[in-house]
Amino acid sequence: MSVEETIREKLTAAFAPSLLEVINESDKHRGHAGSPGTGESHFAVKIEAAAFAGTSRIARQRMVMAALEDELAGPVHALSIKADAPAHD
Amino acid sequence: MSDQATNDRIQDYVNKDDVVLFMKGTPIFPQCGFSSVVSQVLDHLQVKFQSYNVLDDMDLRQGIKEFSDWPTIPQLYVKGEFVGGCDIVREMFESGELQQLMTDKNVARAS
Repeated sequence: MSVEETIREKLTAAFAPSLLEVINESDKHRGHAGSPGTGESHFAVKIEAAAFAGTSRIARQRMVMAALEDELAGPVHALSIKADAPAHD
Repeated sequence: MSDQATNDRIQDYVNKDDVVLFMKGTPIFPQCGFSSVVSQVLDHLQVKFQSYNVLDDMDLRQGIKEFSDWPTIPQLYVKGEFVGGCDIVREMFESGELQQLMTDKNVARAS
């Protein structure tokens, strides 16, 4: 399974998100200092889930980072997170 | 594990200045795109900030992660309080909340 698929799977399992985008941005960072050049190192996540309702920005980021702890300790060098509760309609 | 001395040192840093940025590199020569973004936002807001380069200091690099319970760098503190990393700073800047926070906390301006 690719790192991107693992991220998607773990976030889906942890938060049952109503919106989830996982974007591999590794190509944008190829060759810069600290980039491992694996093609699976830099990701951006956009996630909306009811689990985030009433939480602070710091709490939401911590929740997402905790769900991806193994990836952050391993192949993922950088992770940009935009986490929100679903907008009210 | 970081030791108590490192923890105390970080506590001193965040108490000593209104706005403190832990980053990779320096505002003039940032070594990471995320650190660069936060440093530029602070410049843009014209607040006075003290930066610490974690790449120069391995105790600090590990210690700040434990101090804040936050696994990544950069990290921004305002008046001793952890604000967040690059994503949060960027979101708060774009929504105007960061400017408001600086005003509300009455932080020192860049001279």
